[in-house]
Amino acid sequence: MVELFHQLASGLALGGVYAITALALVMIFQATQLVNFAQGEMAMFSTYIAWWLMQNGWDYWQAFGVTVVFSFVGGVVIERVVVRPFAQAPVLASVIVFIGLSFIFNALAGFFFGYSVQSFDTPFDGRPWFGNKFMSAHESGSVVVSLVVLALVFAFFRFTPLGLAMRAAAQNPASARLVGVRVGWMLALGWGLAAAIGAVAGMMAAPIVYLDPNMMGGILLYAFAGAVLGGIDNPWGAVFGGFTVGIAENLLGAYVVGEEVKLSVALIIIIGVLVAKPSGLFGRRIVARV
Amino acid sequence: MAVRLAWGLALAFAISSPFWMSGYHLYQFSQVLIYAIALLGLNLLTGYNGQLSLGHGAFFAIGGYGAAILIVKFGLPFWLAIPIASAVCFVAGFLFGFPALRFGGLYLALATFALAVAAPQLLAFKGIDFLTGGSQGLQVPKPGALLGLPMTTDQSVFWLCLIAAVALFVIAGNLVRGRFGRALVAIRDHPIAAESMGVNAALYKTICFGVSALYAGVAGGLDAVAVGFVSPESFGLALSLAFLVGIVVGGLASIGGVLFGALFIEFVPNYADQLTVYFGENAKALPGAVYGLLMILMMAAAPMGIAGLLRSLARASGLRSQ
Amino acid sequence: MSAILAARGLKAFYGQIEALHGVDFEVEEGGVTALLGANGAGKTTTLRAISAMIRREGNLEFRGKRMTARAPEDVARLGVAHVPDGRGTFTDLTVEENLRLGAYVRRDRAAVKADFQRIFGYFPRLAERIHQQAGTLSGGEQQMLAISRALLLKPSLLLLDEPSFGLAPLVVAEIFRILRAINESEGVSILIVEQNANLALDLATRAYLLETGRVVVGGAASAIRADDSVRRAYLGY
Repeated sequence: MVELFHQLASGLALGGVYAITALALVMIFQATQLVNFAQGEMAMFSTYIAWWLMQNGWDYWQAFGVTVVFSFVGGVVIERVVVRPFAQAPVLASVIVFIGLSFIFNALAGFFFGYSVQSFDTPFDGRPWFGNKFMSAHESGSVVVSLVVLALVFAFFRFTPLGLAMRAAAQNPASARLVGVRVGWMLALGWGLAAAIGAVAGMMAAPIVYLDPNMMGGILLYAFAGAVLGGIDNPWGAVFGGFTVGIAENLLGAYVVGEEVKLSVALIIIIGVLVAKPSGLFGRRIVARV
Repeated sequence: MAVRLAWGLALAFAISSPFWMSGYHLYQFSQVLIYAIALLGLNLLTGYNGQLSLGHGAFFAIGGYGAAILIVKFGLPFWLAIPIASAVCFVAGFLFGFPALRFGGLYLALATFALAVAAPQLLAFKGIDFLTGGSQGLQVPKPGALLGLPMTTDQSVFWLCLIAAVALFVIAGNLVRGRFGRALVAIRDHPIAAESMGVNAALYKTICFGVSALYAGVAGGLDAVAVGFVSPESFGLALSLAFLVGIVVGGLASIGGVLFGALFIEFVPNYADQLTVYFGENAKALPGAVYGLLMILMMAAAPMGIAGLLRSLARASGLRSQ
Repeated sequence: MSAILAARGLKAFYGQIEALHGVDFEVEEGGVTALLGANGAGKTTTLRAISAMIRREGNLEFRGKRMTARAPEDVARLGVAHVPDGRGTFTDLTVEENLRLGAYVRRDRAAVKADFQRIFGYFPRLAERIHQQAGTLSGGEQQMLAISRALLLKPSLLLLDEPSFGLAPLVVAEIFRILRAINESEGVSILIVEQNANLALDLATRAYLLETGRVVVGGAASAIRADDSVRRAYLGY
């Protein structure tokens, strides 16, 4: 029984990471009907920045803050420079560009930081009030951070004029421009936010999965599964899906399919959902843009 | 005319190469042919039919493992094992094509991405390790001399790949130029119009998926024989994405282009590896960087790849390209 | 008359195709100017050209200065509010959020608050449905919402694209009554595009008749209304 709760709890910890990654994917999807296949590698690269800062003697939270800001700016720049020129291109071209981006970030990380696996600090160790019988200190801290990120993102979109403008730009760009919203910048901001969220996801995941240039591959896949499960056009659904996938992965991995084939859980979820209910649990419709 | 000439030269080069090339280089060119077959399959699906697959490494793996298992566990000769494994791939692709019909472009990319990421774990799955050898993989005996002619293993492997490649290129060329190819392109460019003109889009798309997987399967089977070894780790996401790079660089919806793509994905990582001498271990990052940059630049400047560039070059210089 | 907006040789393009072949017209400061014509005459295209939603050439003067704005969001910031065809509702957002977007570029919060109240005076039904999802509103309510959203920009020029389209006659009458009130009491200049010429000429002080991307007649609304030949040939009543 304790073991079951333990599996549930650690599923929750990674589930939080999947949930915020899925949320970042959905943000971009809502605005562009595209899924950013480079989300994982961008997050991985951000995590390396934080690691490098800490290697150079920075305090954890300082490095955390600088990394988030750096990632935000990086996301904005990538949108303006790399993604924007393909705004009118077919889905195929956009996906190829995203894959290209992921190759580049993977290579940059390998080139600058090497391919050997690194351990990554957590700020939650040595603080017993975060740890308990079922969850390590980092796992509980990570869940808290994920929840804080979710709360901040939802508050931003719900309560600020900029958040409202971003939603308007995603939903009806022509009309948004007519009321004066700079739609192009909203997209860039969306990429910035997604990159910043990705950085947090990477930094929360790294102490668990360890830091190496390929650390985000599995996480991105689970986030895809979460987003598809919840409905890729629904942010709440994606968050729900992310946590669900985290728990399902851990429980099925521990008791049903075995740890070694855990990734197939994501494959089965994605194909199962697309076959049985393509719009996901809470999505409105499937957008076929072939 | 120019195109015929180019094909002729390429074929002459290929036929002559076993007689003068070193064993290692011959092996590399066998790999190029194997990749070209796989890229041809992916290009039929993605280039001609517009169905984006990020998981063709998985079909390549089915072909490779299928052939390896038939040879090692059932004692079949390779010339039976590879066709049977490829037929299995056709069925697998055809079946995958059915749910894919409902996915639409982006969702198909997601599903095939998942397939690519999960493939190595599934291949290493303990429940089937009596067949697959688990994470250890399987040793596959290399073929001896063909038809009793005096030749080295590298030479027989090369001839095998060359014969398969020529046959599959001719078949793909005819497919693409005929009714089937026109239907694929019509479905890609004008799905609604194609349907209303009586093209059974669902059937064409699933068959296209099957044929595409079959090509990948033949390539995988040849690869198993050529390398003499299959293991889960060689069929990961990196392989699937390399295939995508190959058709983008070579040219989407181009038959000849896949040769350039195959040369590219065989030799770029190879040369980059040699650069580790100058730049240290981290030069392993170079192929990825080149892949990534080229993919983006190609999409921006030459979305039809090297084949497209050559075509416009030929047109500019007054040569007829057809 | 002084013109708040003047077009000289205005051309507009959809891609490479020229849809407006050099039209001249003026929008009266403080008045209501109507663009009339059949389907495909270029009325909607003219409004889109003014808002820079499509590529345009020629001279467009706003308040005597050449309008150089190259993007719809810049035109909006000049104080030109556009109620587009199809109403441009943000269907997934609430009525309140739609209205807040109307005032997105404004920084005078207190005045915005007052404007909300004024608009609820015109359209009390929007106040009742303030928290409802805008996509669930009826066609008439969505038109009211679109006009309100435009007014919250505090525009000096309001561009209206077929405000009567698809609405019941009673609703149309109410909307046009309010448009008149807005024009008269707030001094907002209006450029209105309508297929229902009768309705538009009642409201308008000036009118232009478009045919296949060209202006064929222009002048005081009363004169156009009185001209039997124009009426029979172009307006069909």
